[in-house]
Amino acid sequence: MLESGCCSSFSALSLVTSLPCFPWAGPAALWMLAASCCDRRMCVCPGPRRIAIPVRSSRLPLFSDAMPAPTQLFPLIRNCEIGRIYNTVCYCHHKHLCCLSPHLAHNHLRCAPQKKLATLCPKENFNQFIHARSYVSTPQRFYLTPPQVNSILKANEYSFKVPEFDGKNVSSILGFDSNQLPANAPIEDRRSAATCLQTRGMLLGVFDGHAGCACAQAVSERLFYYIAVSLLPHETLLEIENAVESGHALLPILQWHKHPNDYFSKEASKLYFNSLRTYWQELIDLNTGETTDVKEALINAFKRLDNDISLEAQVGDPNSFLNYLVLRVAFSGATACVAHVDGVDLHIANTGDSRAMLGVQEEDGSWSAVTLSYDHNAQNESEIERVKLEHPKSEEKSVVKQDRLLGLLMPFRAFGDVKFKWSIELQKRVIESGPDQLNDNEYTKFIPPNYHTPPYLTAEPEVIHHKLRPQDKFLVLATDGLWETMHRQDVVRIVGEYLTGVHHQQPIAVGGYKVTLGQMHGLLTERRARISSAFEDQNAATHLIRHAVGNNEFGTVDHERLSKMLSLPEELARMYRDDITIIVVQFNSHIVGACQNEEF
Amino acid sequence: MFLRLLSDVRWRTASPRWRSPSSSQHMTTSAAEPPPISLPAQAQVVICGGGIVGTSVAYHLSKLGWKDIVLLEQGRLAAGSTRFCAGIVSTVRHLSIELKMADYSNKLYQQLEQETGIKTGYVKTGSISLAQTQDRLISLKRIASRLSVMGIPCEIMAPKQVAQLHPLINIHDLVGAMYVPEDAVVSSVDVSLALANAASRNGVQIHERTSISHVMVQKGCVTGVETDRGQIECQYFVNCAGQWAYELGLSNEEPVSIPLHGCEHFYLLTRPLKKPLESNTPTIVDLDGRIYIRSWQGGILSGGFEKNPKPIFTEGRNQLEIQNLHEDWDHFEPLLSSLLRRMPGLEALEIMQLVNCPESFTPDMRCIMGESPTVQGYFVLAGMNSAGTSFGGGAGRYLAEWMVNGCPSENVWPLDLKRFGALQSSRTFLRHRVMEVMPLIYDLKVPRWDFQTGRQLRTSPLYDRLDAQGARWMEKHGFERPKYFVPPGKDLLALDQSKTFYKPDWFDIVGSEVKCCKEAVCVIDMSSFTKFEISSTGEQALEVLQYLFSNDLDVPVGHIVHTGMLNEEGGYENDCSIARLNKRSFFMISPTDQQVHCWAWLKKHMPNDSNLLLEDVTWKYTALNLIGPRAVDVLSELSYVPMTPEHFPSLFCKEMSVGYANGIRVMSMTHTGEPGFMLYIPIEYALHVYNELMSVGQKYGIRNAGYYALRSLRIEKFFAFWGQDLDTFTTPLECGREFRVKLDKGTDFIGRDALMQQKQDGVCKRFTMFILEDHDTDLHLWPWWGEPIYRNGHYVGKTTSSAYSYTLDRHVCLGFVQNFDEETREALVVTPDFINRGEYEIDIAGQRFQAKAKLYPFSSLFTQRRRKDEMELSGYHGK
Repeated sequence: MLESGCCSSFSALSLVTSLPCFPWAGPAALWMLAASCCDRRMCVCPGPRRIAIPVRSSRLPLFSDAMPAPTQLFPLIRNCEIGRIYNTVCYCHHKHLCCLSPHLAHNHLRCAPQKKLATLCPKENFNQFIHARSYVSTPQRFYLTPPQVNSILKANEYSFKVPEFDGKNVSSILGFDSNQLPANAPIEDRRSAATCLQTRGMLLGVFDGHAGCACAQAVSERLFYYIAVSLLPHETLLEIENAVESGHALLPILQWHKHPNDYFSKEASKLYFNSLRTYWQELIDLNTGETTDVKEALINAFKRLDNDISLEAQVGDPNSFLNYLVLRVAFSGATACVAHVDGVDLHIANTGDSRAMLGVQEEDGSWSAVTLSYDHNAQNESEIERVKLEHPKSEEKSVVKQDRLLGLLMPFRAFGDVKFKWSIELQKRVIESGPDQLNDNEYTKFIPPNYHTPPYLTAEPEVIHHKLRPQDKFLVLATDGLWETMHRQDVVRIVGEYLTGVHHQQPIAVGGYKVTLGQMHGLLTERRARISSAFEDQNAATHLIRHAVGNNEFGTVDHERLSKMLSLPEELARMYRDDITIIVVQFNSHIVGACQNEEF
Repeated sequence: MFLRLLSDVRWRTASPRWRSPSSSQHMTTSAAEPPPISLPAQAQVVICGGGIVGTSVAYHLSKLGWKDIVLLEQGRLAAGSTRFCAGIVSTVRHLSIELKMADYSNKLYQQLEQETGIKTGYVKTGSISLAQTQDRLISLKRIASRLSVMGIPCEIMAPKQVAQLHPLINIHDLVGAMYVPEDAVVSSVDVSLALANAASRNGVQIHERTSISHVMVQKGCVTGVETDRGQIECQYFVNCAGQWAYELGLSNEEPVSIPLHGCEHFYLLTRPLKKPLESNTPTIVDLDGRIYIRSWQGGILSGGFEKNPKPIFTEGRNQLEIQNLHEDWDHFEPLLSSLLRRMPGLEALEIMQLVNCPESFTPDMRCIMGESPTVQGYFVLAGMNSAGTSFGGGAGRYLAEWMVNGCPSENVWPLDLKRFGALQSSRTFLRHRVMEVMPLIYDLKVPRWDFQTGRQLRTSPLYDRLDAQGARWMEKHGFERPKYFVPPGKDLLALDQSKTFYKPDWFDIVGSEVKCCKEAVCVIDMSSFTKFEISSTGEQALEVLQYLFSNDLDVPVGHIVHTGMLNEEGGYENDCSIARLNKRSFFMISPTDQQVHCWAWLKKHMPNDSNLLLEDVTWKYTALNLIGPRAVDVLSELSYVPMTPEHFPSLFCKEMSVGYANGIRVMSMTHTGEPGFMLYIPIEYALHVYNELMSVGQKYGIRNAGYYALRSLRIEKFFAFWGQDLDTFTTPLECGREFRVKLDKGTDFIGRDALMQQKQDGVCKRFTMFILEDHDTDLHLWPWWGEPIYRNGHYVGKTTSSAYSYTLDRHVCLGFVQNFDEETREALVVTPDFINRGEYEIDIAGQRFQAKAKLYPFSSLFTQRRRKDEMELSGYHGK
């Protein structure tokens, strides 16, 4: 479709202007759309164009201050060299990273486009520009048909229904729907779901990678094994160890529920297994005889896995491919939000800024959202507090800057990211002895500024325990790609209405009220539209993504908008949205209610 | 619920009048007056069902002089579909028998108030059927041309005129409309009560709150009914149970299959308009919008037939649930949209209620009437396809005549219960089929449409082979038959969508099949035909057949006889070919849909003799018609037996081997008049024989052909088919088949006296062939059937079938010509001279085409033509 960089950024820009505004605040919304690419997470640039990136990333907040009208963004960008913007976009798109020095960026920004803007584009002319642009861009516009949209949205959807025995589902979980929509290419989000076989319970998790997908991939493959092993009783651990020792068949620990696109890296399985075995051997040796506490197990598993990732990278591997792999895993990062559901006990272990949200149906049928995780980022006061306390007073100003850890990283807790954990000496040693690819990589070589007292980052999760109640209907686990486009209340309402609507839509009865034919017709048409959008999706996660991407100012899915958002070229998609990964777990209210009664 | 209350109120007001001193003392009335009068121990007739249909049957039976009648109703009178129905009486019908029933009902209801003194709510509103498309307008014009020859006024009008007739209507998307000023609306509940009242005055006993558990049957005859209040012995039982007729039929020890199934049906009631709508505002039927709209108490009543009907009661339920069906607004939404599109001014009108009124539907959209083929004295009238009010009066009359006189006064074969077999009684089939039938009520009815559901039930063993070769299928009596074969490379999708009143796109395909039949050889799978074998130990078989059939069947073994199975009036009950297999056994071939009817007729008239055996062997044989001049060559090459007329004379039957297969019944006859053979092949040999025929036939240019080709061939040869051209009111003398009647064959046969009489008096209608003269096949509407025939400008009859003759390059219509006295409208004798001296026109959807009438097939023309062609050809070669 697009022949040159110029062209593609044109269409992207016209899209910015022509997109219907978000309901809350026009300018802010636009800023979010455009800025979501760079103004997140971590600000280290991978390529030689490092300089260019800070320009974009930090320019935008300024605009939002300076210019109230959303449409004004367009002429401004137009006055920059289009090609350069394109380049920056291009280099920036799949990293959560941006700048070297925010100060530098600010300076740079201030002198370049804004000056031009002020001189060349008096406010009166803005509209003209817009009109001209939209005129030009109209012929280029093309829409995806509804089936095309559906095939994109449904490409990664997965549903699991807990099997029934004797026509009864004895689990507190009915099943789950999951889906993800990439913005990065390749996608950096991962998801996992598995049933624990040697203990009770089900594990579900979403993982949001940054600086590549290697870490998120590794965590998605390995974390549940660490958790499962942490939960296993001593005897079972012994049994497993004996089986491995004598080469017998191993007891399966997890039953995975995977979408065909969710893969395991075969090459590393031996390495990963050995690390895991070492872990359970230590657990056997440590045998405390106490029953395992789930909360503790989760924390231990998280920490242990991060530790193993770090160790593997330090030790290296004789196989050069594997060696490079473990280094990539360690140098990239990932957040994790994991739910463990066993009967009415729901544990959420969260590291980073993904979120777990409980959908609660009130007695009047309305929906409310209960957040079951704390975001580990600058919006969380206690996190800032924690980070500051962990480092000397002298670093108080530098450790959190621009709402980022060391001015770089958005999540305050993460797996991997050894750049924020290892000492400078260790980093240098590993990089020098590492493979050439690593050595050539600007990002890995780069040491964060004000890096005095590592580690700055931890993978230790915060665990929240919640006893499920019959009114707790479902749990949404999602990466920040969802939460930054939708309010949690909307998320819960949409999923709630979807899940109940699929089963039964309340019939209408006139019953004595004064209703005119016209009113009834309007009501019915609206109901039908709602049903058809719900019936298009057999998967609650898909339905949520459809709303997240396609919602217009009225909170209903706008096909035109959806089509535009989904037809963005790969290299531009990241500007408008982040990877979105969602798992919607549906609880079995009957079982939950029954369990509750038993306990009390 | 409002409507229910309303009707309850009416019921009470009606009650006192109801029990006026003059009326019968047998009445039981509302629940307020226990205890109910006890049931009689016996009666001549027990009618089950107090809806409009049941009361109409009681009314008409009592009018015809039968008095000993008990009507049982499980709830209250008129409490089922009748209570909820919209009450529109419309004569806009496609079938002429339905049209007659509706016309009669209309006239009956009109005078009912006067007759009984009970208000029936009859208002002559007229009805306007709207056309949003040209095709729809054609369909309406076809109906209009039939209505006008019935003497029912109607008018095709422009949209502007519609606006003048109705104050609210939006006419912007209309292309035309049909106005029938005589159509009316009634309160069906009150009509039903009035009929019941009149019946009870005539001695009919009516018992409410009495439900029948089953009908008692002995030796195939009705002996009584078992109710929750005791038994009643009876001679006749009439099942008018509407929705429950199916279940009631199955409850017998010897089940009676009454294929119908309920669907929810919704209509809307509104409060009055600001300026209340006049009660005589015409009823609007927006067929393309799938809705009807009538005025109702100053507001409107509007319902429709949606595309996605909701079948109910598949598992069989009781009556109580009919009251508790819920409104489903979401389901009604398309119809509401359609209503507001048609009458945008109604937006502000306030809703009163959405009524859920279940209706019963039948597999072919026609009601079910007549006597059960298995149980004598068990009559049925049900499955009104939501036209119970329109048909109730007329249908009740025909059934009453049937019971009293032995036959109704009109040809009701299209409605006869015996058109169905056991195969249509599956619940799954019914459920699926009614979901197709209900929307079809307002769908455009184009020629040659086929049902899509409930298909592939009965198939020939060659089905897959033929299907793979491009066969397109039609269904008759559950049996799949090929229509034509799409040559490879043709656009199939376009062909399947060929729904048109004009030249269809299979025209050339069928043309080439016809050509192949005429010039080379074709195979047509005709396995669907009904096949019976009658044999006996002695002469009984011959005797009974001689009595039942009009032709002389005492022919040498191996001969085939075409003959009619006549009724007392000399009319065709069946038209069949009978082969004498040996001295004491006969093989009988009848049309497909005769399977139940013919069986019942034979069983009814055969003596109860264990030495006489009647067997249905339809399923045992696959029938292939080898048709065309080269059929002889193909068959002789396959059997190493000379098949030329000298060795194998025409109308001859012989068991022989074809290919490796032995015991194939080869008959030198076709159903089209072309040279060829019918092969009756035991099914296990079917594939083998077919393969052999196709491979040997290759060098003779063999190909598959379908029923459309067959139809074209037989119609141009002036061959009448039972069920299309011939019916129970047609005698052999009227259709030029005198030569197939042997009045002096030495034995008496059914219908002989009537034929003798008719021979003396002359016939009042004659089967005639019409060749359309100024009809352009490419441009003009095609004839179908039922088109009025005009002779010298006067209506003389209707066509019964038509086809394009590829030999004549003309359309050929077959039909009956009558001679109505201009003043008395009495049918006079029709002489050949009368036929020959007329100038004829056929009216196709209002446009008249000149036609040439023929009383005899022109075989001579064909031979002359051929000779001429050959001469031209040889001349060409000579040059």
